[in-house]
Amino acid sequence: MSAVSNTQTERRIVFLVLLVAVALPLIFPIGWKTEVSSYAKMAWDLIETTPDSSVVIFSFDYDPSTMTELQPMAEAMLDHAWSRNQKVIAIALWPQGMQMADQAFTAALLNYPNKKYGEDYVSLGYKVAGIVAIQAMGRSLEEVFPADLKGTKYADIPMLKDIHNLKDIAYVNSLSSGVPGIKEWIMGARDISQTPVTGGTTAVSAPGFFPYVNSQNQLYGLLGGLKAASEYETLIGKIGSATVKMDAQSVAHLLILVFILIGNIKAFRQRKRRQT
Amino acid sequence: MSGFMATFGLWLAVFFTFSIFSFLYKDNPLYKLSEQIFVGLSAAYWLVYMIYSILLPNLVTKLITDFWGNVILLIPAALGLMMLLRIFPKIQWVSRFPIAIMIGTSAGISMLRYTKSDLVSQISATMINPFAASTVSGVIGNFLLIIGTICGVYFFYFSKKQEGISAVPSKIGIWFLMISFGASFGYTVMARISLLIGRLEFLLKDWLHVIK
Repeated sequence: MSAVSNTQTERRIVFLVLLVAVALPLIFPIGWKTEVSSYAKMAWDLIETTPDSSVVIFSFDYDPSTMTELQPMAEAMLDHAWSRNQKVIAIALWPQGMQMADQAFTAALLNYPNKKYGEDYVSLGYKVAGIVAIQAMGRSLEEVFPADLKGTKYADIPMLKDIHNLKDIAYVNSLSSGVPGIKEWIMGARDISQTPVTGGTTAVSAPGFFPYVNSQNQLYGLLGGLKAASEYETLIGKIGSATVKMDAQSVAHLLILVFILIGNIKAFRQRKRRQT
Repeated sequence: MSGFMATFGLWLAVFFTFSIFSFLYKDNPLYKLSEQIFVGLSAAYWLVYMIYSILLPNLVTKLITDFWGNVILLIPAALGLMMLLRIFPKIQWVSRFPIAIMIGTSAGISMLRYTKSDLVSQISATMINPFAASTVSGVIGNFLLIIGTICGVYFFYFSKKQEGISAVPSKIGIWFLMISFGASFGYTVMARISLLIGRLEFLLKDWLHVIK
């Protein structure tokens, strides 16, 4: 019974120390630098080399539960796309995605106040059905989105004048935290319409998507979790929210390593004691 | 009034954040209350959202504005109603038809797409010239990709007992699998810590105004 009680107390100590360890760097930032990975660089390269005035799709396939990881990516990539003068179509395969898009546009508009709705960016809204909707976009975007969120007809939106289907899109950037998301865009846009796809996802989902960054270019780079978001901020030369949060992330990881070490030493000693 | 509601909402969010965190100490009524409110609220939110963002614009509005132009929509509408008949035990068999159609179409669409994206393209991606990379690390990486894929797949070959020389690729495969599980665990830790950072940022920034 006392062993169980001890374990409970130890668990609580671990939680408390972790809480303090994460909170302190948020209050007193350390300013550790983040090394840029090749996957983040690939995603950056795609946006960087896409010509001016190209029309691109940003698909907001997540909701507030994962915005800590994905919102900094969305804001950094949107900032980059606008710095290259690309025109952004925002859509969502998740119902709350358009609220995330609104927040990203609001943040990016602070740096680019001259960007005009309808000419430089447009919100086409949420569409149900995942890959079926994407396949339909491959035939006709207007058929899937007859009007934007404000009710303006597709044909009356200036930046969409010459955009008929996914083949007219320079690239798709899916910020995804599950299904439907990046995988559906790879299947529906990259492998059918040959439209380049890049994106960002939560850290927990990232290992499942890395195999798509391959010689077939199914995915042009991938941002996985908060670290990749801070890498992207480094690439565009801005200190954003992900960079600030990475201090807390790094401290927490160090602490977890220490806890794993202590746990193993303790288990080793207990086993030895039992043997003797 | 809107200012009051914003402040009230903020304090409500703080209350629920602490209530959920209280589970880390031990299970308690506040945690249970928060959990159940979350489940109920989510169900209600989704129901309303689905009606207003899917059912009304995609079915009802279209039928009202141009009935004969959208008459084909009556088929999915009927299938949807048939699905709801599951709640009546005597005629619940009717719901099997829309379920069968859904499974059939989903399988048809997925089979084609998954075969292309997850099988053909993935196999093609490993059929590479390892020396085509421009750097030494790239060449090593290509070799690891080829060896890891072959040995990883071989590990799951169970038709012949793996012993002697035939067990070597399997053992190499285990190493690759273990390393990938370790990497996945690392990413999972990062994701979970990110969630904690998100909540702490809310508490320290929006509630306490300790950070900017």
